[in-house]
Amino acid sequence: MEALYLLIPLSLAIIALAAWIFLRMSDSGQFDDMDAPAHSILLDEDLPAPMDITPEGEAPRPHDPPSRDA
Amino acid sequence: MTYNYKVVRQFAVMTVVWGAVGMLVGVWIAAQLAWPQLNFDIPWITYSRLRPLHTNAVIFAFGGSALFATSYFVVQRTCQVPLFAPRLAAFSFWGWQLVIVAAAVTLPLGMSTTKEYAELEWPIDVLIAAVWVAYAIVFFGTIAKRKTPHIYVANWFFGAYVITIAVLHIVNSAALPVTWTKSYSVYAGVQDAMVQWWYGHNAVGFFLTAGFLGMMYYFIPKQAERPVYSYRLSIVHFWALIFTYMWAGPHHLHYTALPDWAQSIGMVFSLILLAPSWGGMINGIMTLSGAWHKLRDDPILKFLVVSLSFYGMSTFEGPMMSIKTVNALSHYTDWTVGHVHSGALGWVGFITMGSIYYLMPRLFGRTQMHSVRLIEVHFWVATIGVVLYIAAMWIAGVTQGLMWRATNPDGTLTYAFVESLKATYPYYYIRVAGGLLYLAGMLIMLYNCLMTIREGKAIDAEVPGAAVAHA
Repeated sequence: MEALYLLIPLSLAIIALAAWIFLRMSDSGQFDDMDAPAHSILLDEDLPAPMDITPEGEAPRPHDPPSRDA
Repeated sequence: MTYNYKVVRQFAVMTVVWGAVGMLVGVWIAAQLAWPQLNFDIPWITYSRLRPLHTNAVIFAFGGSALFATSYFVVQRTCQVPLFAPRLAAFSFWGWQLVIVAAAVTLPLGMSTTKEYAELEWPIDVLIAAVWVAYAIVFFGTIAKRKTPHIYVANWFFGAYVITIAVLHIVNSAALPVTWTKSYSVYAGVQDAMVQWWYGHNAVGFFLTAGFLGMMYYFIPKQAERPVYSYRLSIVHFWALIFTYMWAGPHHLHYTALPDWAQSIGMVFSLILLAPSWGGMINGIMTLSGAWHKLRDDPILKFLVVSLSFYGMSTFEGPMMSIKTVNALSHYTDWTVGHVHSGALGWVGFITMGSIYYLMPRLFGRTQMHSVRLIEVHFWVATIGVVLYIAAMWIAGVTQGLMWRATNPDGTLTYAFVESLKATYPYYYIRVAGGLLYLAGMLIMLYNCLMTIREGKAIDAEVPGAAVAHA
């Protein structure tokens, strides 16, 4: 099974790379805060304009939305 | 300064177009199995040539375009910077479309390496590699210049998929060209089979799973307007998947010339995968805890959440089928086809449709799709289609497996192969019906998207914090 002489070292190299990235990112504090990142994507408003009916009855956002209904 | 929505828009639109084309070819070949006369004795449209065209169109054209569109969107929004190297991003779009068109021409002409899910001949493989390098530079360049210190979990999944697919593609496609349209794999016999399924199953793991989990971890929280159930679990899910995935491939080669111990390793690693897969599925579904009512009125959320139930089903079914004794019954039968389609139509298809329905209005300056009601119709038509398809293939597969292994007291086979084929026909008709429904749903989506685009206008959103210079 000569193919395994290629595939097994290759898999081990990928695992080693993944472990290295994981430990590096872990040391740099990438995984310290496990709450805020989940909320931060929700604060990123990406709709061109407020929905006609918003679930919580939110007020329209203060800044000018890009033009729509062109 | 605005986000680069242009390339996202291009890929998003082509996702829907290629989805309709690929599924049409799928329905056509399903009909050929039920009514073989439908190949009309024309070599270019025989089952053997259209089948790889179908798989390439739905996996790489539909699924691939969806992955490009969503990863380019998510990486920009979560890093709060426009794409790095926009020209390379444009090249990745046109290059990828060229790959798809080349596949649509060469496969019906019979040019094929015969490696499943890697049928394209070597010049197209070189183009794929070039596009992929451009993709990696754009994606990781954008991460490198991010304005937010944290890298959102969806980007980890997208990043792993980009890196791994490059390695898999290059190793498996290594070939000696003889002419412009013919090459021979550098591996031979069982070595080639091992490399092929090492590629084949990891493509399922990193293209059809990791990439689409990236979509799941962004679009479900966004559409539900709730943070992911456990962000910690999502990180554990990612690293568990990365450290355990690589060796599931040999389960495609049970009871073959592959050494027995290699088959057993494939089975064990496949069984281990149940844990991270279900961890991720539960994490995604529980994101809706406390907001289940949203599922009632929001068809986009229905697509996204039901995709996870299909993900859970196929990631339970897969490890089960990798057990050698179960595989002895299921292998080479239509059960495998049913399993693949429960993952492809249910998981990959639904998460893509939900994500594209989320993206379309935002890319074309609208607050919602042209018709929310049509999304609801699409959801139900597609769901019924998937259930018909996979239930028919389960029954067909178990029937075939039992008939093939049945023996008389004197040791001779009870049934001729053709008898099992005859027994399968009713399920082939049901599959055509299921496929037609799923295709009809996709055409409804195409119409809905075209109307949304007509009523809207291509708009690139402002990058937050950069709006001052604009005013």
